[in-house]
Parts: sequence; structure tokens; C-alpha cells
Amino acid sequence: MMQVAARAKSDEPLLKVDNLVVEYGLGNKIVHAVSGVSLDVARGETLGLVGESGCGKSTLGRAVLQLRRATSGRVLFDGEDLTAMQGEPLRKMRRRVQLIFQDPIASLNPRRRIGDIVAEPLIIAGIKDAEKRTQLVHEVLSAVGLDPDLVVGRLPHEFSGGQCQRISIARSLVLNPEFIVCDEPVSALDVSIRAQILNLLEEMKARFGLTLLFIAHDLAVVKAVSDRVAVMYLGRLCEVGPSEQLFAKPAHPYTALLLEAIPVPDPDVRPAGSVATGEPPSPIAPPSGCRFRTRCPRADQRCAAQMPELREVAPGQLAACHHPLT
Amino acid sequence: MSAPLLSIEDVAVELPTPRGNLRAVDHVDLALEAGRTLGIVGESGCGKTMLSRAILQLLPKKAKLTGRVMFDGQDLVRLDAESLRRLRGRDLAVVFQDPMTSLNPVLTIGTQLMETIQEHLELDAPAARKRSIELLAAVGIPAPEQRLAQYPHQCSGGMRQRIAIAIALSCEPKLLIADEPTTALDVTIQAQILDLLAREQRRRHMAMILITHDLGVVAGRADEVAVMYAGRVVERAPTPALFKRMHMPYTEALLAAIPKLETAPHTPLPAISGRPPDPTRPLQGCSFAPRCRYAAGRCHQAKPELTGAEMPGHLYACFHPIQMAEGLDA
Ligand SMILES: Nc1ncnc2c1ncn2[C@@H]1O[C@H](COP(=O)(O)OP(=O)(O)OP(=O)(O)O)[C@@H](O)[C@H]1O
Ligand SMILES: Nc1ncnc2c1ncn2[C@@H]1O[C@H](COP(=O)(O)OP(=O)(O)O)[C@@H](O)[C@H]1O
Ligand code: SF4
Ligand code: SF4
Ligand SMILES: [Mg+2]
Ligand SMILES: [Mg+2]
Repeated sequence: MMQVAARAKSDEPLLKVDNLVVEYGLGNKIVHAVSGVSLDVARGETLGLVGESGCGKSTLGRAVLQLRRATSGRVLFDGEDLTAMQGEPLRKMRRRVQLIFQDPIASLNPRRRIGDIVAEPLIIAGIKDAEKRTQLVHEVLSAVGLDPDLVVGRLPHEFSGGQCQRISIARSLVLNPEFIVCDEPVSALDVSIRAQILNLLEEMKARFGLTLLFIAHDLAVVKAVSDRVAVMYLGRLCEVGPSEQLFAKPAHPYTALLLEAIPVPDPDVRPAGSVATGEPPSPIAPPSGCRFRTRCPRADQRCAAQMPELREVAPGQLAACHHPLT
Repeated sequence: MSAPLLSIEDVAVELPTPRGNLRAVDHVDLALEAGRTLGIVGESGCGKTMLSRAILQLLPKKAKLTGRVMFDGQDLVRLDAESLRRLRGRDLAVVFQDPMTSLNPVLTIGTQLMETIQEHLELDAPAARKRSIELLAAVGIPAPEQRLAQYPHQCSGGMRQRIAIAIALSCEPKLLIADEPTTALDVTIQAQILDLLAREQRRRHMAMILITHDLGVVAGRADEVAVMYAGRVVERAPTPALFKRMHMPYTEALLAAIPKLETAPHTPLPAISGRPPDPTRPLQGCSFAPRCRYAAGRCHQAKPELTGAEMPGHLYACFHPIQMAEGLDA
């Protein structure tokens, strides 16, 4: 099997995001997609990132990988600032970090054979030995539970959504990376395939010694795989904490709202009516103060006037709220 | 007991494909009374959409449909095209997973709503406009008057689904078919849309078919649940009875595969291994047998029929049903 590179043991987090701001121009307006996010991911850890559609999760993930350059702030990977890197050093660094996309079928080039799709990162990384490439592709396809001989010659449309997601996971693993951003890898899959892919990600993480940033909008999915969870709303972090603790005792009203929204497979649990509190406002003109205040049952004048900073509400658990629940 | 509003009798749908005939729906019987909600649950590809299209008579042209679809006293399978067109949009409405399936991208929301209303109800333009505004407000759209002038692409996915629901509800349908109405949406918006559907359904005494792959979605919201697998209904029961005691190994497996909030992180999920069988290559025995942990003996040779359990209205198709009451185990 593939060599897991000897990795420096260190207490320093593998990834450190520091006050990251990412904006998009839209005509003469600015979309404030990520507005000052700071977070750490320890070596070997899975950090879950949850929030509603449009809150900036993908933008954050892409900015971490330098697929989208940040307006300001820093991204330290293994101690080096990626935002300051360019050219060859950045290209080298990119071998160590990978991305898995939400839409498994759309993320694979429909005209290329699976063998070529999975080998592509190897070619980009300059591995010239074709035999070596074939060997690595076969190893990684078997690792994700596909039969290499049956799949390498076929095209993406010949596979189901779940199989396509296995193929994109194989592609992301082929360079033996240290860190993977999983951007909603199971949102487009139905319940049974979702469970298979979540289990596969966990296996791969253990086997390849990976560190993951796992993005999703479903809290139960996130909890299944994450050591810690960060909750994002309209470009900012609301709350970060160890998974069990955050779910048992959410401190931020938005985390509580997300928890209530999960459909419970039990007919005796009547769905809560209180989640009917509208949609997030536009990131072009976010509300002053706390960005959640237009939907928050606890909002008062202070929430409109003053932006709440993340602060510790329990050991390891931080919330950005003037009136936390705990 | 009143006669059902909808009764699906021995409905089968076959689609010709280059690989041979594909049986998308395999002899399904279901009934639904006015004012009730039926949940249809199953994995992708198990035939949920084809069944709802068979009810609506909106199947692909090459599809072959057999059986009867009795709706409000008439068989839709044998109804002429003009009568069907009048029925759809008025008594029989549908909401799809992708709201853009039913919305026209080049027409304003107001035009689309008012056209539907004027086509089916005898209202003049000002009355239709007034009704459109009421409907948008009813589905939770802020500033509905301004929305009328907007195009679908100017709305978020959740808004578009609300608008599609407003159009579906505009003519007070007797039956609403919602095919994965929230699968493309976030959990918070999903909860809002499901609440909206439930509220309107009660208010209008409308019958509803709620299609989903997530048992969690139907648990609190359907009166009865039908579980589909490989084109067939494999378990059917009043919702409380089903969740109290599932008899079909497949239903149990579907429920187990949902990540639960109570479970500790990094606990492997009990996934159902493999995929449903290729629908152009039907199996001789139970379709679930290759993936079933209880499969034994007859399972690989014969197809289990849908039969009654000890509870009225609870049907299952399995040779080795689980969680049976004492002494009834087959
Ligand atoms: N137009 C078509 N021509 C041929 N086969 C089709 C067509 N549409 C669907 N099928 C096949 O019919 C079967 C049932 O499809 P259907 O779309 O009803 O399933 P579903 O449960 O709604 O799945 P999903 O959740 O993926 O929409 C599948 O095997 C599918 O591949
Ligand atoms: N290329 C772009 N140009 C303009 N706005 C964008 C672009 N990409 C994303 N956005 C906007 O940025 C915000 C965050 O988007 P995104 O990170 O994709 O959210 P998520 O992944 O959580 O769904 C949204 O309001 C989105 O509409
Ligand atoms: S700061 Fe105020 S508005 Fe924001 S979440 Fe806390 S209570 Fe709600
Ligand atoms: S009939 Fe047999 S294979 Fe089919 S579900 Fe029942 S036990 Fe499993
Ligand atoms: Mg995204
Ligand atoms: Mg479908």
C-alpha cells in the first residue's frame, strides 16, 4: 500500500486560519462572503463546518486552499503562510492539500476515463513514470472500494452518484495529501449511500493519517465524523466547540436553531414550529452588530449596535453572542 | 369509511432501454383519502418519481403504463388529454424537487401565478392578482407585491420552492404530490417548507403524497408510510405503527443508516451495503436479498408477497419479518 509519509509530530495546529476576509465583486457591490474568520485544525483532527446555503463555507474552504485569494488575513499551513506564497512553492504546497466537491457527478470531467481522472493530480505534480502512476491509481481505487480493472476504462456517466463520490475521493487521495477540505461530500447523496461514503471517509482518514475540514449543512452528518464543530452564519463563526459538547449544550441561538431543524425519525416528536423564522439576509448588506439578529429570538438593541466576538463559554467551547444560552 | 380520493390499482410502468425493458414500477397498490398524507420512502432509483408521474399521467412517451389510477371517481389512465390537462393544475397539483422544473425562467412570478389562476378559475385580472398576493403571503414570502414583478432567478432556492408551492396550491387542489420538495434545500429551509406544506394541507383538507428518501422527513408529517424498493411497495403502515414495529429488514436498514444526533462522533454508521438491483435484470427472489442480513432459504428463490401483519393496515413483503409479536413469526 501507499507510503504514509513520516509526518512531523508537533503540537502546532496543522492549519491555522487567522482573521480571514474573502469578498466577491458583484457589479459595483461587494459580497461579504467571509468576514473575519479565525480557526485552528489540529493534526489528525476533523473539524466540521456547518451553516446554511450561502453562508460562506465553500468560499472559506477554497480560500484555505488558495483556490480563491483572500482579501486579508492569513492561512498558516504547517507553519507557512499560504496567502503569501506564489508560483512553485505554492504548487508544491498544493500537493499536500486537496478538495472533494459536493456534486460528485459534475466534478468529474464527463469525457475522460476514470483512470485518467484519478491520475490527473499525479501528472500535474510531475510524476512522469507512467507505470508508477498506474500502480498508484490502482491502489487508491481499491482503497475506496472500487475494482480498478472494472472502472479505469469507463466514463463518469456510467457510475451512480455514490460511485462518482468514491472516484473523487480516490482522486483526492492519490497524491497522499495531509489535509483535505470535504465540501458537502454527501449532501447530494441519499441516505444509504451517504452512510457508505461517511464510513469510507473515516476509514481513509485513519488509513492515510489525514486531517479534514468537513463542510455540510446537516448537523447530524457533521457530528458523525467531527471531533470539533464550527458553526458559520453569514460569513462569520457563531460557535466552535467539541462535537459532543456543542450538540448537548449549544450556546449560540443559531446553533440551537440548526439543531431544531433536523428531522427526527420518530413520529412522537412533533416537528418544532419555531424554525419558521425566515432566511439569512443578503451578504451584500449584512446587518449591523450581530449578523444573526434579524432571525434571533433573543436579539435586543445591543445586538444591533455591537458585534459579538467569539469568547469562551465552557472549556474549549467558544460562542459569539451577547446573550448566550449557557 | 369514505371512498378514497385516490386509488392506485396494480400500477406497473415499463420503460424500454437499450439494455432491455426496465420495470420502474412493479405492480403497486395504494389508496389515499381526502385530507390525509401518504409518505413514500425509498432510495434513489426505486421508482418513487415514476410512480408519481404515473399518477399524473406525465410519464416519458415511450413508457408503458398498466393498471388503474382512480382519482375522484375516474380512471386517469383512460382519461383523454384535454380532461387531464384541466385536471392537472386544478384538482391535481405537483411540486418537484427542483422548483425550476415547474417555474418558467423568462416569465415573472406574477405572470406565472396569475396565468395558472385565470386558466383554471373564472377570475378577472385584478382578482387573480389579489389572489396571487394572498398566496405568496400564505407561503411565507415577505413583500409579496414586489415579488410579483421578479423573475425566478432573482429568488433563493427556498423562495423558489415556496413560489412553486404557491402555484401548486393556487387552484385549491384536492391532491398535492410533493416529490422530494426539500431534498435540494438546507435543513432549516427544509423544516420551513415541510411545515408550510403541512399547514396548507390541514387548512385546505387536501390530500398529499410526500415523497422522500429520508424516513426522518415523513415521521412527524405523514399519516401513512409506504416504503418502496426496486419498484415495489415492500412495507406499508400507519406512521406510528411503522415506527413502533418495522417488519421489513429494508425499512429497518433505511432508518439505521440515518446519522443520529445522539450517537457519539466516529461511530461507524450501519450502512446498507451495495446498491439496489439493476432494474433491467430483475432478481428471481426477493429484490433486497443480496443486501439483506436476514436473507435465507426461500429469499433467493421466490418473491415475497405484500401481506398483512398482526396490526390492521400494516403490510410487509418479507419471508422473515422482524419484530413480530409473540407467536406470529413466520
Ligand atoms: N426517462 C427514463 N427512461 C428510462 N429509464 C428511466 C427514466 N426515468 C427514470 N428511469 C429509471 O426508472 C427507475 C425509477 O426511476 P425514478 O426516477 O422513478 O426513481 P426515484 O426513486 O425517483 O429516484 P431519484 O430519487 O433518483 O429521483 C430508475 O431505475 C431510473 O433509472
Ligand atoms: N463567484 C462569485 N461571485 C459573486 N458572489 C459569489 C461567488 N461565489 C459565491 N458568492 C456568494 O458568496 C456567498 C458565499 O457563498 P459560498 O461560499 O458558495 O456559500 P456556501 O458554500 O456556504 O453555500 C454567497 O452569498 C454567494 O452567493
Ligand atoms: S448576539 Fe444577540 S442577536 Fe446575536 S445571537 Fe446573540 S442574542 Fe442573538
Ligand atoms: S424476504 Fe428475505 S431477503 Fe427479502 S427482506 Fe425478507 S428476509 Fe430479507
Ligand atoms: Mg457550498
Ligand atoms: Mg425522484
